[in-house]
Order: sequence, then structure tokens, then C-alpha cells
Amino acid sequence: MDNFFDLVPLVVLIPLAGLLINLFAGRQLGERGVSIVAVGASGMAFVIAVLLWIAQVNTGYKAAVIDMPILADWIVIPSANVTIPWAFRVDSLSVTMMLAVTGVGTLIHLYAVGYMHGDERFPRFFVYMNLFLVFMLILVTGNNFLMMFVGWEGVGLCSYLLIGFWFDKPGGVGWRNSDAARKALIVNRVGDFGLVLGVLITFWTFGTLDYYREGEAPIVPHAAAEEGAPLFAPALPAEEEAHAISGPLGVFNQAELWLEKGGHNVDFGMVSLSFETTLTLITLLFLLGATGKSAQIPLFVWLPDAMAGPTPVSALIHAATMVTAGVYMMVRANVFYHAAEFSSFVVAAIGATTALIAGFIALGQWDIKRVLAYSTISQLGFMVAAVGVGAYAAAIFHLVTHACFKALLFLGSGSVIHGMEHGHHHATHGHAGHADDEFDPQDLRFMGGLKERMPVTYWTYLFGTLAIAGIIPFAGFWSKDEILLDSLKAGVDKGLLSGYVGFVLLLTAAAFTAFYMWRQVSLIFLGKPRHAAAAHAEESSRVMTVPLIILAALSLLIGFINVPSGFPILGWLLGEHQFTSFLEHSVPYAHAGTFSFLLATFAVLLALGAIYLARSVYNDRALAVLREDPLALNTRTQRAFTLANAKLYWDEFYFTYVVYPYRNAAYWLAEQVDWRFLHDYVHERLLRDPFNAATRALTWRVDKQIIDRSFDGLGHAARRAASRLRRIQTGYVHIYAMSVLFGALLVMALILLPLIRDWLGL
Amino acid sequence: MGSSEVAVELYVLLSAVLFIMGAMGVLLRRNAILVFMSVELMLNAANLALVAFARQWASGAGHLMVFFVMTVAAAEVAVGLALIVAIFRTKKSIDIDNLHMFKG
Repeated sequence: MDNFFDLVPLVVLIPLAGLLINLFAGRQLGERGVSIVAVGASGMAFVIAVLLWIAQVNTGYKAAVIDMPILADWIVIPSANVTIPWAFRVDSLSVTMMLAVTGVGTLIHLYAVGYMHGDERFPRFFVYMNLFLVFMLILVTGNNFLMMFVGWEGVGLCSYLLIGFWFDKPGGVGWRNSDAARKALIVNRVGDFGLVLGVLITFWTFGTLDYYREGEAPIVPHAAAEEGAPLFAPALPAEEEAHAISGPLGVFNQAELWLEKGGHNVDFGMVSLSFETTLTLITLLFLLGATGKSAQIPLFVWLPDAMAGPTPVSALIHAATMVTAGVYMMVRANVFYHAAEFSSFVVAAIGATTALIAGFIALGQWDIKRVLAYSTISQLGFMVAAVGVGAYAAAIFHLVTHACFKALLFLGSGSVIHGMEHGHHHATHGHAGHADDEFDPQDLRFMGGLKERMPVTYWTYLFGTLAIAGIIPFAGFWSKDEILLDSLKAGVDKGLLSGYVGFVLLLTAAAFTAFYMWRQVSLIFLGKPRHAAAAHAEESSRVMTVPLIILAALSLLIGFINVPSGFPILGWLLGEHQFTSFLEHSVPYAHAGTFSFLLATFAVLLALGAIYLARSVYNDRALAVLREDPLALNTRTQRAFTLANAKLYWDEFYFTYVVYPYRNAAYWLAEQVDWRFLHDYVHERLLRDPFNAATRALTWRVDKQIIDRSFDGLGHAARRAASRLRRIQTGYVHIYAMSVLFGALLVMALILLPLIRDWLGL
Repeated sequence: MGSSEVAVELYVLLSAVLFIMGAMGVLLRRNAILVFMSVELMLNAANLALVAFARQWASGAGHLMVFFVMTVAAAEVAVGLALIVAIFRTKKSIDIDNLHMFKG
């Protein structure tokens, strides 16, 4: 079973093969062939991930580092002693991520077969989707920060390509889509700038980017002491084993050793920082990267716009997997974050604030996918806040459960959109010319009463809603409760301010979650149809509903993998915090959540109360005549609703204070520096004019007056000489004969003269 | 005459006289035929000098040269007379003072 580890390159290579096949033979294969290749590649990657999980279990959760064939010596600079291999890391964290990415990814691929049916660029869509899987799996399986960065940028590229997939839709929609794609890419540049700086400083500090070297186990020097009694056998607490590794250690163990010893300084040339300060710097820069990719304040603005992409893309990339890359990265770097308390505080503050603000904005949105987008941002805020309060296991647990129920919700919304478009087509068919331009299949105001028309979508959507709202026993309950409790415990037990603040913000955000999700369910499915399209909507095809059902089952059940310790009955039945125990082998600072009956009851009651409130606001009477949101009609909530509807003017704020000033600065620079200074002054005044003067001087003084005149002079002289010499050519033969004679005589004289002189003795 | 051989100086003198007469003829005469004959006279003066020196030095080279000169002279006469006939036909005159079309 050991050699299952060697299969890990396949997890990347199989989707790569899939995309290459579809890239070169997509047109010939047809929709059916393309679907089989793409879904098959994703499914096989999932099978590999399962085999790797089995290998993990069988080897006692031993981490393995597997070199990629061919690329093993990826970057080697002998003179600088730099070696960055292309190596995969199989440990419990990467296996968890692989399972989530490929598992949810396969279901979404399957769903997309139905959703994208008939699209003119069907093969291209699946090429991009498989490419996304390739990069996402590189991101989570790499054994060093550089591979993670490659994956990180690659998924960003796929995100860009897929958001703008319908760039040529008519009526200006295509422009909006490609604008959204560019916005996502550009906003992510800001975050990636932080990440790449963090990676560079990491390299400068440690001289390597490997997480752990081969055969090296995480050292956990403080964990047991901090937790009180060790709850679990630590993952091979092999300090001496780690020391036995020849050569430099991986970054995390090196960091532990330096932290333990203390007093290590990092020399940055001009300044020298203590190791602790360096870690704070690195973690803050990593956080900037995470705020970009995982859509946190201040860089979350791209995610709502990213909903311009096809709905399976929103589900896979912008809900389940890619946006969780930031959380994965911070959990991977848990050793750093654990040591950097200030950074952790910032992380918690940003996460909790994002959760609350995005949850608030979601209350006032009309677009079915935008609500879910803000919901995603909010849930990502939960995960980030969990990282900030040190609940790394809870963050990954919530990541996994969220991947299931948010993928479910997005796919459900896609199914609703599909049904609405179908109904609209059906309703306008027959009345030619009666095409209402205002119709938008994504607008909640046009829906209503879809419960009867689309029962499967309704029930699965309901499962997703209950899961995200945190109703026991759905998945969201377990993960969200663990985050809430861990955050409260961070406040009470460790006296961390971030714990208290985070707890209050997150609890409020959880109530918002339940409210806006029930608002959405009411507007979509309950009441009576408010538009002909909704009245004629039809349930989606089997290929779309089967993934919905599987995901609904997962949303119900996946929470049971991590039942907190102390939970009555279930804890005894299913084993306590199985998932955390699994994760602990690769995340040294993961710790298991306990269970507080009081808090759990309170959270569930809060969610139920929010649902009840939503139900009473969006009651059947309000739903029947929905022109405006009931919240907007009520004078007490009007202002709040307007704010939420306008997204807190966040985009406008950026436009006023960032984009326009930036653009004006660019205009100013273009006008003053480029045009006035560089063009008018440097180029024209300093370069062109002296050059012209010099060439003019050369032309007149040198070329015309010296060179031309000297050669003209030669010509004139030759002509003058010729006009004189021609006079001796008279044409009279005897004159020529005479000159010949005199010439001959002259020659004779020249010859004879010396003889005569000698004869005369002169 | 027998033993009293004519001195070579006399031959050379005669040759010089003939040559000068030829040269004067070339320079002073206007009739092309006569100019032509004067040229022949100059050639033969040279021939005489060559033969005289050849005999003086008992070398065959001078005789050989003379034969060449006579051959060339014969060819020259043929070409020259033909030219003169052609000129006469066009200009109706063989006065060389009338022939200065090549004046530069």
C-alpha cells in the first residue's frame, strides 16, 4: 500500500491529459466525447485522491514527499545553492484538499455537462475546467511555496478565463462579463503581490521554500504545554528524527527551532529584523495574498462580479475550491501564524469583519447568484477568522463542509436559472414580439412558486440552506459551531481580544446567514409565480439533478466526520473529532473542538429565530405582490436595506478613492511627465532640437561647403584643363608629325646628353 | 674596290640624310601621296642604317629587322593607298591641309 503514494503525480497528470485531449480533439469528439473525457479525468483524479487517503490511513498518516518525474530538478542554481524541486506532498491536509477539490469538482463537471449543453464553445469550457483542476491540485499538493504559487496564479488565470467565458454575449452583456474577468484578475494582482513578497522573504529567511523535507516530521514543542493535557498522540513527535535529517530543514521545523532557541535575527542587508518580526511580516503579506484569493476585506469586491461566469464555474471556482486557497495557504503556514500573534489578530479581525459585512450586503441583493457570492465571502470570513483564532482544524473543516453545501447552493441556483430561462422561452414562444426586455432569469423578483415546478431543486436547495444556516444535524452546524466555540475559547481561555470580537461578529453573521438564505428560499420557491417564466419553469435534466442530490446528501452527512468531543450519543457512535485527528498529522497546531451544549443550542436557536423572522417578513402576502423588498418598505429598515442593496457603496468608495484618483494620477503623469516632460522637453527640446541643429550644421558647413565644393572644384578644374588642352589638337597631320619628331628628338637628346657630357669630360 | 671597304659612317650618314629628307617631306609637303612616299623614304633610311650596323657587328639581327620593316611597309602601302583613294573620292582632293575634321 505504500506505493500508492507514488500515484500522486497522476492526480495532476490525469486532468492534464484530459484537457490536452479536449484541446486538440474536442471538435472531433463532440459533446458526448468531451464530457466523457473531462468528467472521466476529474473522476479518475478523485479515485487517485481516495487511494492516497487509503495510503495515509494504512501508513499511520505518514507524510510522503514524491518527486515529479522529469521535473524533479525544477529550479536548481548551484552557484547560489538554490534547489527547489517539483515535489508533491501527500499528508492529511493535502489529501483532504485533494478529496474536496476532485470530489466536488467531479460532481460539478457532471452537472456542467447538462448546464453547458448546446454551448458553442462546449469543448473549450471543459478544457478550462480541467486546467483549473490541474492548477488547483498543484496548489494543494506542492511541497513548497513556489509550487503553491504556480498553482495560485494558474487558478487565477482559469478564474479569469471562465468568468469571461461568455465574453461575446450580445447587448453589452459580453462587455460586462469581460470587465468582471479583468476586475477579478486585477484585484487579485494586489493580493498576489503580497503573496509573492511573502514567499521571497520566506526564501531569504530560510534559504528554502520546502514545507518539510522528505522524512521530516513536524516538531511541536509548545503544543502539548499549551493545550494542557495532550489530547492526542502527536503526529510522530520526532524531534530527534527531524534533527537527524541531513542538510537544512524545511521552513516550518526551522522556524520552530529558531523560535525555541530565540534571538535569531534575519539580515535584510540594510536592516536586520528579529525572527519574530520577520514572521509577522511574512504572515501579514500572506494574509494580503489570502484577502485577494479568498475575497476578504479589502479585496473582496471581485467575487460578486465574478458571478458573470457560467454557474458551474461559480460553484467550483468561486465557491468551493479556488477561493478557499487562501485559507488552505494560511493553514499550511499554521506554524508561522501560531508564532505571529499580531498577524493572527489581524487575520481574525479581517475574517470576522468580512463575515459580518458580506452577510449584511447579502440581505439586500436581488440577483440569485450575487446573494450566494456574498454568502461565500461571508463563509470565507468564518474560515479566515478561524485561522486567526488558531482554530486551524475548524477552518479546514468548515472549508470542506462549505465546499459541499455552497457547491450545492450554486448548482441549485444554476438549475433555477436554467428552469427560468426555459420557462421564459416557453412563455414568450407563440406571442411573437412579446419579449419583455426587463426579464432577468437571475432576478429573485421574477421568481416565486418554483417549489411545485422544480421539486428536486427545491428540496436540495433547502438542504443547502439548512446546512449553511447551521441547523443541526446539517454539515454547517458542526463546522460553524466549532469556529464559534473556538473563537469564544480563544477569548476566554487565552484572553485574546480577537476571540471576543470575532465571536460577536461571527454570531451576528451567522444570524444574517440564516436570514438571507431563508429570504432567498422564500423568494425563489415559495408563494406564487410572479412572472410567466417562473410559471412555466421546468425541472432540469437528470445529469444536473443527480449531482444536486449527491451534494445534498453530503451537506447532511459530511459534518459527522468531525463530531466534537463531549457530544452526546453521536460522539460515542461516530468517534470524536475524527477529522481533526486526521488533520493533526500535518497541521501541528490543529486542536480539537470541544462541545458546549449552551452555545450550540443558542446558535441553533438564533438561526431558527432568523429563519422565523425571514419567514414572517417574506410571508405569502408580501411574496404575492413583490415590487419592493418588504424591508425597503418598512421605514425602520429602509436605510439598512438601501445600504445593503448598494453593497455599502464599497465599489463606489473604491472608485472614488482608488480607481479615479489612480486614473487621474495616470492621466496627470501621461500629460505632465510623459507628454510635457518626456515628449516635449526631453525628446523635442533636449534631443530633437540639438540633433536637428547638429545635422543642419553638418549639412551646410561640412557637406555642402567642404565636401561638395571640393569635389565640384575637382570637376571644374578637370573641365578647364580639358578646354585648354583641346586647343593643341588642331587636326592638321603635319603638326602632329612635327610634335612626334620633336618628341623623338627630345628623347634622343635625353639619351645622348650624358654621353656628350662624358665625351667632353664635363 | 676589293679591300677598300666603304666605312660604315658613310652608310649611316647617307641614312641620316635620307631620313631627314623623308622627315622634311612629311612635314612640309601637302600632297598626301608625297607625304606617303616621304614616310617610305624614312623607313628605308632606317633600313639602310640597320643593315649597315648589322654588317658592322656581323649580326643577323639587323637583317631580320629589315625584313620585318619591309613587310610592314608593304602592308602600310596597301592600307595607306586605299585610304588615300577613299579620301580622294569623298573630298575630291588629297591635300592634307583640307583634312582637319579631328580638330579638338
